[in-house]
Amino acid sequence: MSWFTKIMPSRISKDGNAAEKKTVPEGLWTKCEMCDAILYRAELERNLDVCPKCEHHMRIGARRRLDIFLDTEGREEIGGDVEPIDVLKFRDSKKYKDRITLAQKKTGEKDALVVIKGSLKLRPVVAAAFEFGYMGGSMGSVVGERFVRAANICLAEKIPLVCFTASGGARMQEALISLMQMSKTSAVLARMAEQGIPFISVMTDPTMGGVSASLAMLGDINAAEPNALIGFAGPRVIEQTVRETLPEGFQRSEFLLEHGAIDMIISRSDLRDRLANVLSILQKQPG
Amino acid sequence: MNVNFLDFEQPIAELEAKIEELRLVGDDHEVNIGEEISRLEEKSISLTEQIFSNLNAWQVSQLARHPQRPYFLDYVEQIFTDFEELHGDRAYGDDQAIIGGIARLGDEPVMLIGHQKGRDTNEKIKRNFGMPRPEGYRKALRLMQTAERFGLPIMTFIDTPGAYPGIGAEERGQSEAIARNLFVMSQLKTPIICTVVGEGGSGGALAIGVGDQVQMLQYSTYSVISPEGCASILWKSADKASDAAEVLGITAERLKELDLIDNIIPEPLGGAHRDISSMAKSLQQSLRESLAKYTAMSMDQLLADRYQRLMQFGVFKD
Repeated sequence: MSWFTKIMPSRISKDGNAAEKKTVPEGLWTKCEMCDAILYRAELERNLDVCPKCEHHMRIGARRRLDIFLDTEGREEIGGDVEPIDVLKFRDSKKYKDRITLAQKKTGEKDALVVIKGSLKLRPVVAAAFEFGYMGGSMGSVVGERFVRAANICLAEKIPLVCFTASGGARMQEALISLMQMSKTSAVLARMAEQGIPFISVMTDPTMGGVSASLAMLGDINAAEPNALIGFAGPRVIEQTVRETLPEGFQRSEFLLEHGAIDMIISRSDLRDRLANVLSILQKQPG
Repeated sequence: MNVNFLDFEQPIAELEAKIEELRLVGDDHEVNIGEEISRLEEKSISLTEQIFSNLNAWQVSQLARHPQRPYFLDYVEQIFTDFEELHGDRAYGDDQAIIGGIARLGDEPVMLIGHQKGRDTNEKIKRNFGMPRPEGYRKALRLMQTAERFGLPIMTFIDTPGAYPGIGAEERGQSEAIARNLFVMSQLKTPIICTVVGEGGSGGALAIGVGDQVQMLQYSTYSVISPEGCASILWKSADKASDAAEVLGITAERLKELDLIDNIIPEPLGGAHRDISSMAKSLQQSLRESLAKYTAMSMDQLLADRYQRLMQFGVFKD
């Protein structure tokens, strides 16, 4: 005990701490991982989980992503019944089966892609979002199948598809089956392109590996949120291979824009407005 | 230790060394050496048969990467005639890890595309160890579109550790280059026959691996990630590569069971490198049959079947 606490009246030292503990519940305040600003949780949420101080776009879950993107009326989930099975009996330090159970408990999702048919400013659209919290948003059979079902509805009803990616890539625990989801999702997008139905890909932090090297890069319009990590190989793998430090801002949205890989960077608060505009022009509808 | 033999082949190597010694001793010996040699040769064959009848996934992956394993250009030379290599992606450069060109299989004109590894150090560097950069995939795409325009069936030969993880490769859009190939190949109006001849490394392999038929040589591998990469991520130790190879199920046999590939082409005893010409002969036979089958189909049927084949990938509860 320091001399200071010794001389402090017990009323201040003990009660003060206790009072603080009572009045500040868990999670009321959040620290921005980018600028270290202490942010009021409710205000942060009103700001769509973008730091009001430094504009850092924090990662958000798939449901919330779709919730803030779509109109509130007339939503319908697609492919919600499609569930994963561990056909390979894959086991590393943990069983895949247990990883599935754990991820489902943690996120409340059956797998890493959520698809909802709804509308954007009164125009029908199918929107899909990856749940990064579910095994790193990795793509296995269920993600591939749900994506294809989303695209099939777009093909049948001639409405656009918007996909928000947040993924580490293919799901290792489904081995080669997951690699094949790359060709499966790319093939259905080729059909959409053939029919002239717009596909907008919005890459969010992070979009890597097999997801980046398939559906994410195949948008008629490729967009990204600011400062999202987007690439094929992970930065650590590249660093180990080439044995040099990576350039500042490497594989970030701004880097991709500069190198011609994406059409635009859109702030989260502008997504609805700008994508509604883009879609209405591509579909030759009045603004 | 004989470097041409893998660890698990050392008993064969020892036997072969003994045979070699006996041959050198030659005729000036009293006992009948010829008899002894043929006895040992028979023993060597049965020992090889025995070892190769029970290979695990890690051993197969060592064979797939064997330094003497035949590469794409070895097959081009033995299977096809009139090969003309075509260079460049018309945008940036000419990748040396994916090459391609026009040729004939018997009388039939075809487009060939494949990964190419190097044999000696200089060539290995030139070929970037068979790891393509975006311009490689874009050259492949250009050649495939040329093939479509002229109605040439496409044959691809897969043998890569994976796409090259480099700074320039990312700058030039590695992801987009791979994705574009998957997208275009799914609808390309000409037959595509893909053969994994060595290592089928992830997206780098898949980028020339979408087709009407995907087949593997008996001791080739095809995987979403290298056993070493998987081990270092999931076990946090690259030493567990052999365990990873096992769970990833990267062998032709396992992938056929899972319906992820269409057929397996048997290799000569001891692997393709032990008898390249017999390997080439059976691959040629298989390619001829596939070519006849797919060129006889109507384009609509071909494309519908290819699409169906892609859509059925995946195992889930519904």
